[in-house]
Amino acid sequence: MAGAGLLFLVLGLGLIAWITGRARASAFVHGNRHGHRSNLNSLPSYHGWYLALFAVVPALLFLAVWSSIVPALQTDMVLSAPEAASLPTDGFTRASILSEARAIAHGTQDTAFQPQAGQFVPLYRAAIAHYNWIAGAATVLLVFAGGAYAFTRLKPDFRARTKVERVVMAALLLASLIAIVTTVGIVASLIFETVRFFQMVNPLEFLFGTTWNPQSTVTPGGDNGFGAIPLFWGTVFIGAIIAMIVAIPLGLMSAVYLTQYARPAVRKWMKPILEILAGVPTVVYGYFAALTIAPALRDFAATIGIPGASSESALAAGIVMGVMIIPFVSSMADDSIAAVPGAMRDGSLAMGSTKSETIKKVLIPAALPGVVGGVLLAVSRAIGETMIVVMAAGLTANMTANPFASVTTVTVQIVQLLTGDQEFDSPKTLAAFALGLVLFIVTLLLNLVALRVVKRYREAYE
Amino acid sequence: MSGDKAPVFHVDGSRTAPTDWTSDAMRKRIAKRYAAERRFKYLGLAAVVLSASFLVFLLWVMVGNGISGFQRTEVRLDVDFPALTGGAQAASLTGPQAGTAAASMDLPGVVSVAIEAEYGDSGAQIFSPGAWQIVRKKLLAEPSLIAAKRTLWLPASSELDIAMKESGNAKTEALLADLRGKNLVRTGFNDTFLTGSDATDPAQAGIWSAFKGSLMTMLVTVLLAFPIGVLAALYLEEYAPKNRWTDLIEVSINNLAAVPSIIFGLLGLVVFLNWMHLPRSAAIVGGLTLALMTMPIIVIAGRNAIKSVPPSIREAALGIGASPVQVVFHHVLPLALPGILTGTIIGMARALGETAPLLLIGMRAFIPTAPGGLTDPSTVLPVQIYLWSDEVNRGFVEKTSAAIIVLLLFLLTMNALAIYLRNKFETRW
Repeated sequence: MAGAGLLFLVLGLGLIAWITGRARASAFVHGNRHGHRSNLNSLPSYHGWYLALFAVVPALLFLAVWSSIVPALQTDMVLSAPEAASLPTDGFTRASILSEARAIAHGTQDTAFQPQAGQFVPLYRAAIAHYNWIAGAATVLLVFAGGAYAFTRLKPDFRARTKVERVVMAALLLASLIAIVTTVGIVASLIFETVRFFQMVNPLEFLFGTTWNPQSTVTPGGDNGFGAIPLFWGTVFIGAIIAMIVAIPLGLMSAVYLTQYARPAVRKWMKPILEILAGVPTVVYGYFAALTIAPALRDFAATIGIPGASSESALAAGIVMGVMIIPFVSSMADDSIAAVPGAMRDGSLAMGSTKSETIKKVLIPAALPGVVGGVLLAVSRAIGETMIVVMAAGLTANMTANPFASVTTVTVQIVQLLTGDQEFDSPKTLAAFALGLVLFIVTLLLNLVALRVVKRYREAYE
Repeated sequence: MSGDKAPVFHVDGSRTAPTDWTSDAMRKRIAKRYAAERRFKYLGLAAVVLSASFLVFLLWVMVGNGISGFQRTEVRLDVDFPALTGGAQAASLTGPQAGTAAASMDLPGVVSVAIEAEYGDSGAQIFSPGAWQIVRKKLLAEPSLIAAKRTLWLPASSELDIAMKESGNAKTEALLADLRGKNLVRTGFNDTFLTGSDATDPAQAGIWSAFKGSLMTMLVTVLLAFPIGVLAALYLEEYAPKNRWTDLIEVSINNLAAVPSIIFGLLGLVVFLNWMHLPRSAAIVGGLTLALMTMPIIVIAGRNAIKSVPPSIREAALGIGASPVQVVFHHVLPLALPGILTGTIIGMARALGETAPLLLIGMRAFIPTAPGGLTDPSTVLPVQIYLWSDEVNRGFVEKTSAAIIVLLLFLLTMNALAIYLRNKFETRW
């Protein structure tokens, strides 16, 4: 692996540069052969870092740029050989032959499936060797050039520390910019693919259509089965209705009991135990729902005679998702109740009300905005949850309020559309990105609203 | 109190009789209020118990189903090595050529002949088709076995295994009863499950390749997310000026922490696979995707840890002449490190259990051999669980639950480590 070898070479040379710079600076202190001794502006290790940075950073930047352009250069070299004339003119076959030859030359593939690829393997090997030489020579040259330049600048009064610290600050800033880059990346990739989708399918059909049955080919203007309303309903039904019916009472009452009634020892043990519920991977919940809860619910529905009961039901997914959300609601409620000023609670108790009356009539109303904010955050988490619904909720897009029937959600369909054979021009694949964009926007809005509610409520008591 | 009936004076000058606490109506009312109090308290207790019992039930089901996944049914087989391998020498099975030598012996044939000799036609139903691999492994570990006729215990077929553990169809049950009567069947530890890879036959399926894939993915994730997360947290908490740009960074980080994980899968699919053409199903792409997801968690935990370092430490360091960068890297960061590490471990535990984004970047392939490098096709433990849960073969139910046990144990260890770190190194200022 030439890339990794070069990387280690650069880093090794950087280490040598560091040692050299440090030794050079120490020599200033201990005096040179003329017996001059001088005080350093910066510690010797800063001189070392300065030298090492100058040696390593340009070389690494060069390698990064190089690795992105070198495949094209190699292919050009291969194509300039006389054998390239025999390549078919069809772009797709041509590219597949070349990429196969490249894979064999790199050793990632053993045998060629296309007979023509074989004759290009030696050419690729030669091209790779050729450009590896160039890359190696250029890298070493850059390391020494950078190192030499920095070495000439090392003097006793050289402000090495200031320079090195400037680089450190730049690195810190770059690291924090990654967050913005990621956000922009998410938004850009989702919007890019969604726009391509909407060039094929009418946005109105997608947002307001009621049949979901995506097809690979679309007829413009017609009904193509891309109506996402059933998916939105399924998502809301499972994530915002069933899951919350489970999570809100259990989470709120757990928080109330643990903060107001439980002895400290009980609280100390029960709180982490409940929090384990949030740490169990969702795939485990999904399997549990599909293995245990869903069959039990189906049998139950069959016994009491509810029609349309399916082995993959909205209720099974919703209940399990609600259980997963319990610690989330509980800790938000816990925080909000704790933030209610003690004077309000004490005042209520002093008036002779019982503990439960204080909780029901003073604490919870006062903490309500915080609790509501917490519930909104919980909803945003529930509707973005994937594995539980993929494994327990089913694939058929039903618009039904029967909790024992199978419904499907936005996340299930994203997974469904994007696994298996993908063609990136098919509206079926692109629809997943449109669904992703809707999901992203909705969770973002829910979070913004929830944070605003919580913040305003905190300010009210400060 | 109830003795002297002093009237109660009100602000508006009116007078009312004092409350008679002994009256029946009042007593009833108080009893009712106290009953409501008790009911409310028990309701709260019930909520806690219900939530906790759900957890217990879940673990109970997983352990109950999964524990048998670590066991396998083995059936006795006599293999006459000298006769069947044409007198192969033990020496040929040592040294670098051992693998080739074992391959040239046609062990599948050897084992099937031995099975047919002992059990006749029903042999194919008794033994797992992968039984010869166990023989191969045993021979390579102990070449001297080949010199004589040996009695080996080899894994039973998946049907027989299920019949032994639960119940099978009538024919298999009869077969099992027959083997039991002759004392030819036993239950042993299934080391294939821990050392093997995915397979279509549950008797040969193992989690090692998925586990290795998880480790490699986590390695990429931690190498990227930890430094970037810590540096970003330091910048935002220690140096960032208060302006529109830093506000934007903060908002992005807080939003990223709340974005559903599947959105990161879409991002990885478009950016890493379609735009950058990184290999599909590879651990490096999974690691990159999960790093983007974990980074905000580390930043938020890191900022809290850095915030809790008291300003007096910074002022003292500045006072004796340290530069702002030295203050942070020599004093603040080491003091905040335990908190940052705790947050990192919790973020990594979340990434380890993550499935959905990895499904989208193609890490759901059938991986019959453990991945050798970061760019090889690989899968991870949660995805393996998902794939097995979809299998129709009943033998995979226990494998899925057993893999879940392994995953949960791993997560438990990570969280215990985080709690230990927090308790050991946390300084209360």
